[in-house]
Amino acid sequence: MAGIEQEVWDLEITAKNNLLDFRVKDVWHYRDLLFLLVRRDFVSFYKQTILGPLWFFIQPLFTTVIYTFIFGNLAAIPTDGLPQPLFYLAGITAWNYFSDCLVKTSSVFTTNASLFGKVYFPRLIVPLSIVVSNLIRFAVQMLLFLIMMGIYFVKGATFQPNLYLLLFPFLLLLMAMLGLGLGMIISAMTTKYRDLTFLVTFGIQLMMYLTTVIYPLSVVERKYPHYAWMVKYNPITSLIECFRYGFLGQGTFTFTSLMMTTLTTFVIMIVGVIIFNRVERTFVDTV
Amino acid sequence: MATAIKVEQLSKIYQLGEIGTGSISRDLERFWAKVRGKEDPFLKIGEVNDRAVKGNSEMVWSLKDLSFDIEKGDVVGIIGRNGAGKSTLLKILSRVTAPTLGAVKMNGRIASLLEVGTGFHPDLTGRENVYLNGAILGMRKAEIKRKFDEIVDFSGVERYIDTPVKRYSSGMYVRLAFAVAAHLESEILIIDEVLAVGDAEFQKKCLGKIGSVSKGEGRTVLFVSHNMAAIKSLCKSGIVLSNGQLLFNGRALEAVSFYQSNNNARLQFEHKGAQEDAPGNENIRLLKFQIKPLHTATITISSGVSFELTFYNAKPNINLDATFELRNGDEIPVFHHGALISTQNDSKTGIYSVRGILPAHLLNAGLYSFKLIFGENQRYMLFSIENFIQFEVENEATGSNSFLRPGVISPNIEYAITYSQS
Repeated sequence: MAGIEQEVWDLEITAKNNLLDFRVKDVWHYRDLLFLLVRRDFVSFYKQTILGPLWFFIQPLFTTVIYTFIFGNLAAIPTDGLPQPLFYLAGITAWNYFSDCLVKTSSVFTTNASLFGKVYFPRLIVPLSIVVSNLIRFAVQMLLFLIMMGIYFVKGATFQPNLYLLLFPFLLLLMAMLGLGLGMIISAMTTKYRDLTFLVTFGIQLMMYLTTVIYPLSVVERKYPHYAWMVKYNPITSLIECFRYGFLGQGTFTFTSLMMTTLTTFVIMIVGVIIFNRVERTFVDTV
Repeated sequence: MATAIKVEQLSKIYQLGEIGTGSISRDLERFWAKVRGKEDPFLKIGEVNDRAVKGNSEMVWSLKDLSFDIEKGDVVGIIGRNGAGKSTLLKILSRVTAPTLGAVKMNGRIASLLEVGTGFHPDLTGRENVYLNGAILGMRKAEIKRKFDEIVDFSGVERYIDTPVKRYSSGMYVRLAFAVAAHLESEILIIDEVLAVGDAEFQKKCLGKIGSVSKGEGRTVLFVSHNMAAIKSLCKSGIVLSNGQLLFNGRALEAVSFYQSNNNARLQFEHKGAQEDAPGNENIRLLKFQIKPLHTATITISSGVSFELTFYNAKPNINLDATFELRNGDEIPVFHHGALISTQNDSKTGIYSVRGILPAHLLNAGLYSFKLIFGENQRYMLFSIENFIQFEVENEATGSNSFLRPGVISPNIEYAITYSQS
């Protein structure tokens, strides 16, 4: 050794690490893995099915039909003057993406325990791959939505897509981040005590009713002015309202609410990554 | 030489028992201590991890104050009994879990193989899985592409490469998985007992690959195995762990013999204290039983074994015999052979010693245990004891083949070969 102390190390494993170290470089090195995982999800989803990716269509289509029947006709909830199927489909498409990201991310540690227990890679890759693979599903559903828009346009329905449509990529990013952030927080909290996982499955359903998927925000504000804040301050509400406003020209959309949502989303995302990175270090011992 | 891995006072604590409503109070207590800036109260009461001994605490140290350095290019075998902390150490080194205390510092890209075929998806084809598994192990896509043909060639499953791996035989699955891992480019390679897979031919190929990786390419390798022959032939140095603590750190051959001599504590039995307390009954008391290799330091296939039993006999004037029954690890009796102590109804009360010798090239490698039976007139049993003493016969490399041969015995057979023209 010649008595020379080596002080520079490529890697140090210690009991504690810096909370704000997001290890972006590490994640970047494994970017190929991210896309291979996305590919795996996609391929394994439709292997040995006949309809394949068509299944992505069927779920929102049927949901829309049922919502139109129950909420549109039976309960007669107004839809801001938009054709009911279009109104619901817009809500469902956006909501599904958010909820899929959240639900799948929230069980990331438990479902991947055997993989995580055997090999190291930045765990963040897996939730990121979930968000990206859900994007494929979202794209298919978006296509359905655009087709429906085309059909209604030909039939002469009244809706005006406008310039706020350009916000779409930003909205998508926020939805992904929000789902990812919340999902990571939940996943980190469920590694040792699984109670929360039971909450997630029905909690997400309840949350949908606090979001403007089956009703417009304007109706709640008019009918229940005292409780409307619950819906209004729900960050996803403003995303969906903005989405509808951009594509269909109807919705309660303000820049303030979008800014609030953006801020909330970033906070949740950062908290999510911090908690996630903290838990990933030892979760194999307790999962 | 530069240091590749530096382990400093590494410790890891594990919580025993189930996680549920019971453990939450402890977690809250810990959390409260942390909030007040105090030390974790449960770290103090952790016990040394010995799975055989029932402890008082629910926290055990799987690793305790482990410190050692590994030089660049060294091939290190990690030896220890089950539960000694080998896997925990590998898990920490490969960053699957974090230590409770202490630190590990490393230089160089690290790859670990704790399991073959991690992340293989049954529905994907062999080709797709090679890419996925390679990426999980840390390879870039371009790197896998470059080595793809080599990987498929090494695995020998070329014909099935576009078939989903769920249709593979388990052997093919493992071959493909190991082939991917074997082509990892890294300066430090960590290997758990992944070699206990595949058929003999493939095992040999794997060992050969590890050997060439470490010798030819100058990589640092950490290798955990129970296969002492493999450790001896592949590794330069060895580390012996026991109950989470470092017992020995030195050259591989010395580490193996240290481990074996340490492990062979059961070779000896000697009763100390009053004769009446010795194992046995009113007829017989066992005082001493000793098993030794005949010529060498350890018991191997070619060493031969001597065993010596000393006992106290309380029955005078009978025909006394002592029978030795040797069983192998599969509980198959290898032999059942009696020594006649007295044949003329003339046994004496007092201490007898019986010594027997098993020739070399009789027992195959493996674990053995003795059953002792004492009889009168070779008909009535005076005393018997099962599983009295255990010992292990080590395998020996013969020629190019260092693998364990099957069979209960391992005789040297002289062959006579004649050839007659057809």
